[in-house]
Amino acid sequence: MAMATRVFLLLFLVLISSPSPSNSLYEDQVGLMDWHQQYIGKVKHAVFHTQKAGRKRVVVSTEENVIASLDLRRGDIFWRHVLGPNDAVDEIDIALGKYVITLSSEGSILRAWNLPDGQMVWESFLQGPKPSKSLLSVSANLKIDKDNVIFVFGKGCLHAVSSIDGEVLWKKDFADESLEVQQIIHPLGSDMIYAVGFVGLSQLDAYQINVRNGEVLKHRSAAFPGGFCGEVSLVSSDTLVALDATRSSLISISFLDGEISLQQTHISNLVGDSFGMAVMLPSKLSGMLMIKIDNYMVFVRVADEGKLEVAEKINDAAAAVSDALALSEGQQAFGLVEHGGNKIHLTVKLVNDWNGDLLKESIRMDHQRGCVHKIFINSYIRTDRSHGFRALIVMEDHSLLLLQQGEIVWSREDGLASIIDVTASELPVEKEGVSVAKVEHNLFEWLKGHMLKLKGTLMLASPEDMIAIQGMRLKSSEKSKMTRDHNGFRKLLIVLTRAGKLFALHTGDGRVAWSALLHSLRNSEACAYPTGLNVYQWQVPHHHAMDENPSVLVVGRCGLGSDAPGVLSFVDTYTGKELDSLFLTHSIERIIPLSFTDSREQRLHLIIDTDHHAHLYPRTPEAIGIFQHELPNIYWYSVEAENGIIRGHALKSNCILQEGDEYCFDTRDLWSIVFPSESEKILATVTRKLNEVVHTQAKVITDQDVMYKYVSKNLLFVATVAPKATGEIGSVTPEESWLVVYLIDTVTGRIIYRMTHHGTQGPVHAVFSENWVVYHYFNLRAHRYEMSVVEIYDQSRADNKDVWKLVLGKHNLTSPVSSYSRPEVITKSQFYFFTHSVKAMAVTSTAKGITSKQLLIGTIGDQVLALDKRYLDPRRTINPSQSEREEGIIPLTDSLPIIPQSYVTHNLKVEGLRGIVTAPAKLESTTLVFAYGVDLFFTRIAPSRTYDLLTDDFSYALLLITIVALVAAIFVTWILSERKELQEKWR
Amino acid sequence: MASTLRSSPIPLILFLQLCFSFLSTTLAISSGSSDGYTINGRVKIESTGVKGFGLPGKTSNVKVILNGGQWVTFLRPDGYFSFHNVSAGTHMIEVAAIGYFFSPVRVDVSARNPGKIQAALTENRKGLTELVLEPLRDEQYYEIREPFSIMSVVKSPMGLMMGFMLIVMFLMPKLVENMDPEEMRRAQEEMRNQGVPSLSSLLPGAGRAN
Repeated sequence: MAMATRVFLLLFLVLISSPSPSNSLYEDQVGLMDWHQQYIGKVKHAVFHTQKAGRKRVVVSTEENVIASLDLRRGDIFWRHVLGPNDAVDEIDIALGKYVITLSSEGSILRAWNLPDGQMVWESFLQGPKPSKSLLSVSANLKIDKDNVIFVFGKGCLHAVSSIDGEVLWKKDFADESLEVQQIIHPLGSDMIYAVGFVGLSQLDAYQINVRNGEVLKHRSAAFPGGFCGEVSLVSSDTLVALDATRSSLISISFLDGEISLQQTHISNLVGDSFGMAVMLPSKLSGMLMIKIDNYMVFVRVADEGKLEVAEKINDAAAAVSDALALSEGQQAFGLVEHGGNKIHLTVKLVNDWNGDLLKESIRMDHQRGCVHKIFINSYIRTDRSHGFRALIVMEDHSLLLLQQGEIVWSREDGLASIIDVTASELPVEKEGVSVAKVEHNLFEWLKGHMLKLKGTLMLASPEDMIAIQGMRLKSSEKSKMTRDHNGFRKLLIVLTRAGKLFALHTGDGRVAWSALLHSLRNSEACAYPTGLNVYQWQVPHHHAMDENPSVLVVGRCGLGSDAPGVLSFVDTYTGKELDSLFLTHSIERIIPLSFTDSREQRLHLIIDTDHHAHLYPRTPEAIGIFQHELPNIYWYSVEAENGIIRGHALKSNCILQEGDEYCFDTRDLWSIVFPSESEKILATVTRKLNEVVHTQAKVITDQDVMYKYVSKNLLFVATVAPKATGEIGSVTPEESWLVVYLIDTVTGRIIYRMTHHGTQGPVHAVFSENWVVYHYFNLRAHRYEMSVVEIYDQSRADNKDVWKLVLGKHNLTSPVSSYSRPEVITKSQFYFFTHSVKAMAVTSTAKGITSKQLLIGTIGDQVLALDKRYLDPRRTINPSQSEREEGIIPLTDSLPIIPQSYVTHNLKVEGLRGIVTAPAKLESTTLVFAYGVDLFFTRIAPSRTYDLLTDDFSYALLLITIVALVAAIFVTWILSERKELQEKWR
Repeated sequence: MASTLRSSPIPLILFLQLCFSFLSTTLAISSGSSDGYTINGRVKIESTGVKGFGLPGKTSNVKVILNGGQWVTFLRPDGYFSFHNVSAGTHMIEVAAIGYFFSPVRVDVSARNPGKIQAALTENRKGLTELVLEPLRDEQYYEIREPFSIMSVVKSPMGLMMGFMLIVMFLMPKLVENMDPEEMRRAQEEMRNQGVPSLSSLLPGAGRAN
């Protein structure tokens, strides 16, 4: 029976397959099954713009290279720009009250953006001989001929740039003196600036420069034999405080009128004996600096003549301090946030009066947000003419909050801009007793809704009706329920962010169902510099253990190198509770989810460390029992990209070194492929997705012929490139660049396919699915991108077509498939031009693998294009025969079509696109697609249209009316015929 | 564009005019510094062909991308853009603008002849005398809803059902009426004899053929 339905489905698929785009949307369907969220990332700098009447805003730059203008009232984005990946923002400021100035790319690109609408006004490229620290200084009170001058130190040069048009007014090269400028100081009201910096590690130089022409008026230098460690903070317009090389004393440097005087103070004299290293925290407080020592934060006040004294010592090394904010009457204030229990304490103090608190507030804070990392404050005048303060704080989970009057005014979950890995998880099953979908409020409402819809379909609706219809569609509570649905559209997307926070996003409307800052992935003594790596499905209960909640495994690493010890964390996906966490003694090189589960439906995972030992998880005797059975059948490979070696491995026995650890296994090398280092460098490796389902191995082609797909889980696609051609496009000539692609069996190390593309280079993006690989690369000769497809067919099964052989049982269909039997495969390939650069590539996946596939291509414009696999079919010819056309083969064209309607992101952009993840819905026709980058986008697509589901705009009312009309007609005709019959009889 | 120029302060206009005059003489400025060359160009989007969505000729959301993401830059209000510090060789420029399809542009920066830049669209191999990039076509991301027509209702499954019903209701009695009374009687007799009415016997064509 099941077979029959499948055959029927297949027939149906063939029938409905037509080359028109199948994902196209009508404009009024936007938001029905997709959602789009915009983020900015972890804020690095923030500048408030609240002086004038009108919209109050804050301009921020983030670690995702985003600059954005946010609404200070609600936290919405007014405008936003995502700079290139190599274009990190160094500093931002506002000039002339209307331009946002950004310095990026290590001080080499200066841009001005129009504050109201984000239009770029000008761009200046600042050149210099060598990389250096970069500084931006915009002083509002310095005017030369009505122009605000911007001073930029970058690449070893000091530039003065006009803020009106970005023209470089003058440039002073400090590279010859090898001066590393630390501070640019503009004393109030004068027309000269000081540039103070270090030469080498033990000499301090101060230059007094005329702002009009860049002429050096004075140059003084002073040597400090002890040497500086490079950390410095400016405490007033003529005093700097630096930390010496041993980090044990502070040197206050005053350069009044260009004369430098140094004064050294030991830190132990200030804070008493301590053992830790002092670190100077970057601050911009006048008359004060901060150092961190032994878990203490010490505020040091600079008194007259460079004398230092301790103002306060805070026993909270995680406290955050804002820059000084100028109030009226020459006073300056700063904000300080301390942590205590589940609250944070915000105080705003005057810089020159430690005990004069202007504001003291305690705010209850969700502990899932962690500590405060940064604080920016802004003041406003209250109705009683006193100063009020608002504080923008950046939390450990990268979220951004605005605090005002002891409350959180708004918050943004900007941690979601830096997703590392995604997995889809099921929602709980609807339990009995729990209210099932509220039966439509009442019949009248229901009918009214459907009448509206009917009007909509008949195009009779007025604009107000249209709005009502749209609202009804978007609101439908059905799609955002927290239970599993029949079609499998409702799921939780479990995403791991760079901050070590786990979010569960509901696929219906994209809201955060729960979020958890993982304790094991927080910076602590046990684990410094933790980095999250992956999320895996750990426990998916469906057969046994139905009453247990599913859980995910989060894998991380304590430290930056690949040999750092690993961390495992197990999280319940219904509640977001961390069930367990393990700090491993070994490192994590690779994680292999095995295809076996134990009695609690926990999936067995094998973790390979850098010494090529394999560790089995979960560490239970039952798991080892299951695993021992399968020990000889477990193979894996490792790629050493730097050395150009791919090795195959198998398990041997329990570890010899770690006696008694029965979960540790030694491995042996089976094979290795060494690529010649002078001609090939590994660029990309891709395998099939482990959970991919292939419906049938056979492919029926023209004339009832059958081809057998070579479907193997152990195939690896490798692309290597000429070592010269690893750089950017344009760095090599076509003659010295080539790309070689391989298909390697990872059990035997046999190379099944090899092909060289001359005159091409990377970057290579590839997807591997069923028996085919599609890869994208750059053709230098044509100077266009190309996409190639390779399909592999099993030739050894090809002679099973003979019916007599099947009848007589002489076929080999039942013979076991082994990687050791030498496969007789044939490969077919073809290539096409493709217009755009590609950022990410994925393929749709469905529950049973029956539905045809689509490639999802993340283009350089941050859109996601769905491209039917039939366009990438190596059997395409220029003139397909009639029977081939019937089969659905499209005539060959030299380039792949880009149909605007098949952009699944329609007119939206997923800024900073990094990855595309697909997950099957329960409904065979449908795939869930999640694209992430700085933005998030989710939709569901049906590559062969929704053949198993009525569409959302299906009019039930029309159906009902038809049925009613039919019934009425039956009655009318019945009565009529009765009457007629009676008349006949009377006649 | 004109409005932005008018609203900007005078030095900006002067500066832009400088750019204009410079651009008119050569294809693009290439300052032959030791580090590399500069590619200057312009993106021109006609704001007339916009149909209610996308960006109404707004240049603030347009990105210009060099070599598949090596550098990303934005447009100035007048549509100009520049890439600095570009090495000699063959490069590719792409324009990302929602609502428009731009062909990638192949740009050759000559090392022997500093300042010489050649450009060609890669989609149709058309050479460019000036680095002015225009969209090849607009992109419509949505299907257009067909306006209401009787045919679409008639063609839908429900419409077909209704149509068939109407035919049975109104045409069939007419057909029966038009039948020859003798024919009718014979048919009725036949029906009585057989007990099972057959549709073919009721049809006039079948009757006439007999």
